[in-house]
Amino acid sequence: MTFTFNGLAQIAVYFGLIVLLTKPVGLYLNAVFEKKNTWFERVLHPVERGFYWVSGVKEDEQQDWKAYTVAMLIFSVAGLLLLYAIERMQGVLPANPQNFAGLDPALAWNTAVSFTTNTNWQNYGGETTMSYLTQMLGLAFHNFTSAAVGIVLAVAVIRGFVRRSGKSLGNFWVDLTRCILYILLPICVVYALFLVWQGVPQTFNGYTPVTSLEGFKQTLALGPVASQEAIKMLGTNGGGFFNANSAHPFENPTPFTNLIEMLSIFTFGAGLLYFFGKVAGNLKIGWSLFGAVSFLFLAGAVITLGAEQQGNPLLATVHATNAPLVQIDQGYHEYALAQPGGNMEGKETRFGIASSTLFATITTDASCGAINSWHDSFTPIGGMIPMLNIALGEIVFGGVGSGHYGLLMFAILSVFIAGLMVGRTPEYLGKKIEQQEVKMASIALLILPLSILCFSAFAVVYSHGVSQIANPGPHGLSEILYLYTSSTGNNGSAFGGIAANTPFYNWTGAFAMLVGRFGFVIPIMALGGALAGKRIAPVGPGTLPTSGGLFAALVVGVILIVGALTFFPAYALGPIVEHLLMLSGKSF
Amino acid sequence: MTTTTTTPTTEAATEALPQRTILQLVGRFVRPAIGLTILFTILLGIFYPLAITGLAQAFFPSQANGSLVYKNGQPIASAIIGQDWTQPQYFHGRPSATTYAADSSGGSNLGPTNSALLTEVQKNTDLVRKENPDVPDTTPIPVDMVTSSASGIDPDISVAAAYYQIARVAKARSLTQDQVRALIDSHIQGRFLGIFGEPRLNVLALNQALDKAQGK
Repeated sequence: MTFTFNGLAQIAVYFGLIVLLTKPVGLYLNAVFEKKNTWFERVLHPVERGFYWVSGVKEDEQQDWKAYTVAMLIFSVAGLLLLYAIERMQGVLPANPQNFAGLDPALAWNTAVSFTTNTNWQNYGGETTMSYLTQMLGLAFHNFTSAAVGIVLAVAVIRGFVRRSGKSLGNFWVDLTRCILYILLPICVVYALFLVWQGVPQTFNGYTPVTSLEGFKQTLALGPVASQEAIKMLGTNGGGFFNANSAHPFENPTPFTNLIEMLSIFTFGAGLLYFFGKVAGNLKIGWSLFGAVSFLFLAGAVITLGAEQQGNPLLATVHATNAPLVQIDQGYHEYALAQPGGNMEGKETRFGIASSTLFATITTDASCGAINSWHDSFTPIGGMIPMLNIALGEIVFGGVGSGHYGLLMFAILSVFIAGLMVGRTPEYLGKKIEQQEVKMASIALLILPLSILCFSAFAVVYSHGVSQIANPGPHGLSEILYLYTSSTGNNGSAFGGIAANTPFYNWTGAFAMLVGRFGFVIPIMALGGALAGKRIAPVGPGTLPTSGGLFAALVVGVILIVGALTFFPAYALGPIVEHLLMLSGKSF
Repeated sequence: MTTTTTTPTTEAATEALPQRTILQLVGRFVRPAIGLTILFTILLGIFYPLAITGLAQAFFPSQANGSLVYKNGQPIASAIIGQDWTQPQYFHGRPSATTYAADSSGGSNLGPTNSALLTEVQKNTDLVRKENPDVPDTTPIPVDMVTSSASGIDPDISVAAAYYQIARVAKARSLTQDQVRALIDSHIQGRFLGIFGEPRLNVLALNQALDKAQGK
C-alpha cells in the first residue's frame, strides 16, 4: 500500500463536504415528503395537481404496504414495457441521426430491466447503439423514475418504522410525483447547465467529423448529453451516454465536474439518514447510522487508494532487460507533482489515482455504477473493494433509497442479534422486533447472495459463461462474480472486459437485476408494514440503546461478519489469490 | 368510473361485484401508472432535454456543441477530446485502446495479471524509447505514457510525460529545450482548488501553442 498526502486529502475534503450537505438535504426531503411548503411550491403545485387530475390520483388516499408495493410494481412494469418498445422500434422513430437499428430482444430486455431497476448495467456502447430519442425518451425517463421509486420506497419504509399507529405508509403516486417535481427535476436543470459550462455537450446535431493538425481523422460523438448526465449521477443510475461513462471527457470533463458528480452520488443517501432521524424524533438515531457507514466508506476508500497507488509490480519485473522502464513507486514528493504514478491502466490523466479510486469507492458504496476508470484494470485488491461494497448491499450512504432500506434491515438484524446475546426482547425505535420482522429481514438478507453466488456458480461451469471472459486466470472468476454482484445489487458498474452481450448473460443478468430490486424490496416493505401497526413502548432500563458509538459499532460488525462469511470463499478464489500470484510475479 | 350502476335483481348484483372490484383496481393502480408514465415521459423525456438544449445553446454555445476548435474555418478537434499524434514536432498523447476513436470510446479492460497487458505495456515502452532516442534508457518513463487511458480519448498527459518529450520536440522544431520547457510550464493546468484531480497538460493546447510560437 502506498499513500500520497494529496490522495488522503481528497478523501477527507470530500467527506467533509458530505457531512456539511447532510442536514440541509435531509431537511429538504422532510419538507417534500411531509408536504410542507418548498421553494418550488408556487410554480410547480399546479403541475402537480394537473398530473393527479389526469391520472386519477386521489391525493389524500392512504396506502398500506401492500397497496404501496403493488402501485410501485405496476408503475415499474408500465415503464419497463415502454422502454422495451422504444428500443426495439428506434430504427423507425425520429431523432436518430446515426440511423441506429432497433435492438435485438435479449439486449433490449436486459437494458429495459436494467434501467427500470436503477441498475444501468450496459451490455452496449451508448454512442454506437442508442439513438438520441432512445437516450432521452427511454433512458433518461427511467433515470428519473427509478431514482424516485428508490427514494419513495425508503421514505415509505421509514414511515413504517416511525409511525405511531395505523397501517398507512403514504401514497405512492403522490410521493413519486413530488419527488420528481420538487427534488430531482429542479436540481437537474441547474446541474445540467453547470455541466455544459464545464464542457459537456447538449445538442441534437449529429456526430461531427474533424481532421487534426496532422491530418488524423476523427468523428466526435455528440448528443443531448448534459441533461442525461445530471440525472444519471443525481439519481445514482450510472448509465453512461457514452461507453466510457464518466471517464469520457464529454461526460466528465474536469476535476471540478468529477467532484460534483461524486457529491451528487452520496447527497441523497446521506440526507435520508438525517431525514430518518428527524421523523423518528431523535436525530442521534440517524447520525449513529451515519457514523457506521462513514467508517465503511473511509476504510474502503483508503484501501482502494493504497492498492492503486502501489501499482502493478508486474509492469516493473517483466521489462527487466531495459529497466527501469516504468516508475511505479516514486513517493509523493516533488515527482508526484509531475505524474500520478501507480496503476494508470484504464485511468484518465486528469483524475489520476486518487480521484479515480475515490470515485470507484463511492459509486459502489451507493447503487450508482457510473465509472470514471475501468475497475477491470484495477489491481486485485483495488478491484475487490468495489465488488465487496456492492455485495454488502450498497448500504454505505446508499444512493437513492435502496441502500437506505438495506441499512435499516441491518439495523433490525443488529438489535435482534444483540437481543439474543443479552437475553432481552429486541426493540428498535421503541417497537418490538418479533418473528415477522426478523423473518422478512432474513429473506431480504439472503436473497442477494443467493442470486450472486448461484448465478456465478452456474456461469463458471457453463462453457459459454467462461468463454466470454476477457482476462484469464483468477481474474476471469472476478469478472463473472462482479457481473452478477453488480446486476443483483442494481449497481451497473462492471469488470468491463467480459463480453456479456450474449443471450445467456443478457437473460440471466436481467433476472438477477429483477431479483435484486423486487425480491429485496418486497420483504422490506412487508417489514415496514409490520412495524407500522405496532405501538411504541416507552424506553425502560432494559432497552438496548440504538444510538451512539456502541450501536454504530454493532451495525458495522454485523455488516462485516455477514459479508465476510458469505463472500470470503468466493473472493479467496478470485481477487485474493490473484493478489498473491501478482506479488509472486505470475501472469496468465 | 368505478361507480357502475347495478340493477336491483340479485342475479345481476352477483355478476357485477367482481367486475366492480376490477374496475376499482384499475382506477387505483393501472390508470395512475399509465397516466403518470405518459405525463412524465413527456415532461422528462421531451420538455426537459429540449429546455436544457435551448438554455445551453443560448448561454454556452461552444461547449454545447462539443468545444470545437477551428483552423482556417475547418474544425480540427474538440478542445477536450484527445487525438492520435505521431509526428516528432508535436507532443504525443497516451496509448489508446481504441486508437482515439471519438465515436466508440473505451479502455483496454486488461486485468493486472493478464500477460496481454504486459505485452501491451512492453510495446508502448519500446515505442516511447524509439520515438525519444535522446532520452537515456536509464530515465524512468512516466507510467501514464505506457498505459491505456480509460476513455481512449484522454486529452491530457502528465507533466512528467511532457518533460520526457522535450528533447525530441525541441530538436524537430530547432528550438532550445529551455524554450519548450517554458512553454510546458506555462500550460500546466493545476488541481481543482489545489486538491482534486491531477496537474496535467492538454496535448492539443500545447501543440497549438508550439505552432503559434513559430508562427505556423
